[in-house]
Parts: sequence; C-alpha cells; structure tokens
Amino acid sequence: MLVLFIRDETAKARLQRAVVGVSGGVDSAVTVALATEALGPEKVLGLFTPYRVSSAESRDHAYQLSRMFGFALEEVPITEQVDAYFRVRKEKVDKVRIGNKMARERKSIEYDRSWPDGIVLGTSNKTELLLGYGTQFGDMASGINPVGDLYKTQLRELALSIGIPEAIVRKPPTAELWEGQTDEDELGFTYADADLILYHMVDRRLRPAELIEHGFDAQLVTRIRELVRRNHYKRVMPLIAKLSLRTVGHDFLYPRDWEAD
Amino acid sequence: MSVRIAIAQCAPALGAVKRNIDMHEKWIARARSAGARLVIFPELSLTGYYLKDLAADVACAADDPQLAPIADASRDIDISAGFVERSADAKLHIAQGHWSAGKLVHVHRKVYLPTYGIFDDGRYFGPGDRFETYTWAGGTTGVAICEDLWHVSTPYLYAAAGATIVLAPSASPGRGVAEGGDLGTAESCRLMDRFYASYLTVYVVYVNRVGHEDGIAFWGGSEIVAPDGTVAARAPEFDEDLLIGEIDPELVARERARNPLLRDEREDIVLRNIAGRLGLPFDRRD
Repeated sequence: MLVLFIRDETAKARLQRAVVGVSGGVDSAVTVALATEALGPEKVLGLFTPYRVSSAESRDHAYQLSRMFGFALEEVPITEQVDAYFRVRKEKVDKVRIGNKMARERKSIEYDRSWPDGIVLGTSNKTELLLGYGTQFGDMASGINPVGDLYKTQLRELALSIGIPEAIVRKPPTAELWEGQTDEDELGFTYADADLILYHMVDRRLRPAELIEHGFDAQLVTRIRELVRRNHYKRVMPLIAKLSLRTVGHDFLYPRDWEAD
Repeated sequence: MSVRIAIAQCAPALGAVKRNIDMHEKWIARARSAGARLVIFPELSLTGYYLKDLAADVACAADDPQLAPIADASRDIDISAGFVERSADAKLHIAQGHWSAGKLVHVHRKVYLPTYGIFDDGRYFGPGDRFETYTWAGGTTGVAICEDLWHVSTPYLYAAAGATIVLAPSASPGRGVAEGGDLGTAESCRLMDRFYASYLTVYVVYVNRVGHEDGIAFWGGSEIVAPDGTVAARAPEFDEDLLIGEIDPELVARERARNPLLRDEREDIVLRNIAGRLGLPFDRRD
C-alpha cells in the first residue's frame, strides 16, 4: 500500500522524482527504501546533511542504505550556514533553537534539491506526529509522508521485514541535534511505552481515565495526553482569520488531488 | 441461460468528468468485446469520490447532455455507472444510473450517507429515500451504494421485493488489519457479501474502485458472490481489473429450492413489529 501511495500521489502532483533526507536512522531508511521500490532507485535522491555533531556511524549507515537500495546519496553539510547565522546574534542561544534551525535548514535544502520535478518525502512517524516531537516546517514538513501512520514500533518491524540492517533498526533513535542526544532520554520515556499508550488512546479511543484503570502509569498517560494536545497546532494548517463568506481552509474545501490523474 | 457481466475496477480522476467519460468508454469497449451484457462501474465512477466542494461543480441532472456518451454507449451493452445527480429541486445526490438500449432506465440515490471517521458524505449530499428494484436481462436487481450495503435492511428489502441480484458499487478505502494479516476492510466486505448472498439467496456483485484520493487508497477486491455463498469471481486488490463473471438464474432457483428462506419470510411480522414500535398504523391485508 505504501509503495502504491508514493507512486500514485507523486504522479498526481505531476512529479517524477522523490527527495528524502537520509539521516542514517530507521524512519528515513524505510522511507527511502519504499521510494526506490515505488519510483525506481534512479528517481530517488537521498540527502545526507551532517552538522558538526553528526556521528560517523550515521554517515556509514546513510551510505550503506544508498548501496543497498541503489539510490544516489548527496552529502550537503549544514554546519557553516547554521553556525554563521547564530554567530552574528549577540545572545545566548538555547540548544532547542539550534536544533530547530538545523531541521529547517535541512528541509530547505531538500526542497531546493526537489526542484523542478521532485517531491519531498516526509519521514515523521505516527509517534512523533502525535507527540509533536519534531520541528514545525522542519523535519515535519513534506509533500507526502508514507510513514506517518506507523508508530515507531511498527516502523521498526516494517524496517526489518524489508531488509533494513539490524544495526540501523536497533540503535537508539536520535535527532543528533546535539552530541549524545537520544530521543528517549529527551522525552523521558521509551517509544515502546509511548506507542502502547498512544495505540490505545488514539486508535482504540480509550480515555486517559480508562487507560489508568487498565494499569497504565497515571503520570505517563497524563504527560503523553498533554503532549498530544499541546502540540496539535503542529499537525494542522495555520489558522486563517475568517472574514468573508468563503475562506481558504474554512469553507473553501477542495481536495488536494483536484482533477489529478 | 446465464448472463455474463463485467466489473470495471477502475481509478476515476477526482472532479474530471470529461476524462472519466473517456475512461468509461474504454472499459465499456473492453466489456463489450468480452461478451458482457452489463458493465458495472464503482460509486461516483464519473466524478471521483472525495469531491468536497467539487460535488456542486460536477453535479448534473440525470438526463444532462454531458452523460449522453454513456447513454449512447449503452445501445448494445447495459451500463451501471456513478455520478452526482442534481435533482429537479437542486439537491445533490450520490447516484448510480443504469443505462440500457440508449436510455437511462433506473437511478438509485444513496440512502445512507456515512458522515463519521474518514467519511463526510452527509455534509455535501442529500440522502435518497427509497430502495426500488428494477429488472434487466440479468434479473430483478437492487442497487446498494457502498454504505447502503452495510445496513442489513437494504439487501433484505431488495430480496423481499424479489431481487435476485444486489449490485453494490462502492468507493471503499482500505484500512486496518484483520486477524491473520488481511486488510481489515477486505475481510469485513467479504464477510458481508458472502453472508447476504447465502442467507438472502441472491447474487451480490461488489464493485470497488482502486487508486488514491488525498492519501486514501481504495482497495479494489471486487467480487461476484453466488447465492450458494461461493465466490464466482474476484478481482485483485489495489490493481485495475476488468472482472468477468456469470449470473445464473438457474442457480438462484436451485438454491431457493434447497434453502427456501425467502419463501418462508414473514414480512408481515417484520412490518407489524416495526409499525408497532414506531406507533404507525398497521393494516394487515390477507
């Protein structure tokens, strides 16, 4: 289904190629593998965009994927432009700001390299989207996203079943926004725990009180529910002030695949 | 004498009626060369399904000239196809027309408009208000558009009114996973088709589309289930396919002889029960 999704929706956007930011992690590994199957490896461009804190292991994994699935991988370092931007700001910069800047820098490169006939594939999984664990208009931005309805746990299983190397699937997930960062340390819980709660909360529609009754940790349930609620703005289009009798996003509602083949 | 039918498991373009008419003509030609007496297209096959505000843009009267190519093509093969009907009083309906010998002979307006989850039919369309059978070369037939079929009373009413065929044009989005790994939607639909066919002793002709609209995949899997519960023909999932199968009135007769559920059906009790509960008068005429 995901291969057909990429093939069909790329064509409906009247585009022929796909551009994927390949970090060496499992989400982009699955995305780029699906893209090569959907469009052919010659129609897929992988972009490895290291910052100075990016690890050698990430680079090795990105190149390994490129060899395995046959897509072209380009390396575009982002250290210079990110550092140059913050150097002229005479203030103390929180590391979250640097992380966001990196994510948006990478996405701007992906969009640039997609011109004129490529679509940018999203790599945000369902866990990240629901928790809002990503940068708006950064890693969360894309033309189409084939993996956004798969929890991290499901994505790992899919990765193994399509031959993504164990070393990539099993390593601790990290956004590499600063040295030694891992997602699970930063979030304070594991993907496995979050996914189980999210699955019951979102897919099975159990209320937080019911989850707690069923024995899930009350603090964790509350925390996850709060993240989902607070970050909902990242998952929707920007609000438009309603004035006229017909307004984009409110009551001018046309499908995106409008007259698309 | 069995009657050959064809199911056009196609992928209509969203909101592009002219292009869809051309596409229909190609499938009709293929069905004609395969010797089919009827070719059935999925729900809203001439317009696409997730139309949103496009619904009003593509709507037309059932006798609108833009549908003339379909009427013309029906001179030597019956055609069942889906469109947005604008009624005389300007209401929009999800409709399935049946064209035969150059004329529109029946229109069913979707009664049950799903407006929950990924569906928003009720926002853009008005509901039909009747289930009427009609008769063509293959036998007496009732049309159940997608959600119509999920309501048990729909195929029941058709079978009670004498239908031997239930045509179910659909635009069913594939989702979920069934026990054992099959697509969840596929399992539900197959269960439904087989149940209705066996217990109402009718042919269920399930016609689903393929392709994507705004990220949603229609899963195909069209099938013809015979009144003995066997799958007479089944199309692949997710791929376009012209599915050919036979409707055998003799099989209906044999099954009804063996299994006379419909003969013994007590519609009067059903009606008395419902009338009583709704406080409606019930006049039993013996």
